[in-house]
Amino acid sequence: MNPLIQFTLFLADSNLILSQKNAEWCGHGPILEQDIAITNITLDLLGQARYFYQYAAELMNQAGHTHITEDSLAYLRTEREFKNLLLCEQPNGDWAQTVLRQFFYSVYQQSLYQQILQQSNSQLSAIAEKSLKEITYHIKWSSEWVVRLGDGTPLSHHKMLQAIKALWPYTGEFFTPTDFEKEIIPIDYEKLKMQWIDSVQNVLEEAGLPMPQNIFMHTGGKLGSHTEHLGYILAEMQYLQRTYPNAQW
Amino acid sequence: MKIKIKKFYYGDIPGDEAGESIASPTITNDKAWPLWEIFIRSKQGLDHKHAGSLHAADAAMAIENARDVYTRRQEGISIWAVESKNIHASNPDDAESFYEPASDKIYRHPGFYQLPDEIKHM
Repeated sequence: MNPLIQFTLFLADSNLILSQKNAEWCGHGPILEQDIAITNITLDLLGQARYFYQYAAELMNQAGHTHITEDSLAYLRTEREFKNLLLCEQPNGDWAQTVLRQFFYSVYQQSLYQQILQQSNSQLSAIAEKSLKEITYHIKWSSEWVVRLGDGTPLSHHKMLQAIKALWPYTGEFFTPTDFEKEIIPIDYEKLKMQWIDSVQNVLEEAGLPMPQNIFMHTGGKLGSHTEHLGYILAEMQYLQRTYPNAQW
Repeated sequence: MKIKIKKFYYGDIPGDEAGESIASPTITNDKAWPLWEIFIRSKQGLDHKHAGSLHAADAAMAIENARDVYTRRQEGISIWAVESKNIHASNPDDAESFYEPASDKIYRHPGFYQLPDEIKHM
């Protein structure tokens, strides 16, 4: 498959899966106002994913596939075809784990999209430009929660420590380029990593949380090798379209 | 559960020492976040108008919550948040002495002046 299509699907899938996970909070948030906040972020991520899927579908139809749509890409692909980051499919855990997952992802998204903005692909850079405004708010919201909980009570601090332990091993994948990433657009992964580490370190320091060092990092999500969680997510997300093909409402 | 009953007037928001509101007994959880009144300005040049109230742990969170709750359909360009306990309301029982004395003083309306023709938009 064309590397540009793979890269676009990787961007779309990561957003869609994180959006699907965050959406599980809908109606279950710790307080009404934060329930709405996380749901707004969920919808932002889903909106960004749709732009990427629409673009991927267009590229795929041009490349000889037929009848590919944003819906068929989201609902009719299997686990091995999904290229989302492993971080995005990790369980919600408690509120601490959810806000930390969002924080790690949003900071990564910001640096990556800023680089995509500089690229010659006008479609991707247009989507990146539109998304960056939303991402700025997601970082503000999630980083404030990381500080609030990390620097809060002994219990909330403990929960943030648990969340870091659970999620940190999935952040190395951000900076490990796959073949399709190397082939399409020149992304500076060293710069990406430095920016991410820098932003995350600032916030963790303010939150009084330690920065993990030299931990084994899982990779493979971008190439379709997922953790056990993704199958369940897809089963729930896709079952309606698979049971009643082309159902509409 | 011990329930204290106290009468509240509109706009009279229970403080820490107040009893429970009859309408919403769940608010009394002592871990609940304080209530904030939210004012939204819809356009440059217009006033901030009361949009509603919400819970938040601090002022920054109140403004962000207001952004998420009250401006998601482009309702505003500016937000004010005031902690509800800082708002003092008049007592409806005072209505007779407060407002009724003004009802027979129509001379307080500026309707008894001859306006020169040159003055427009009055």
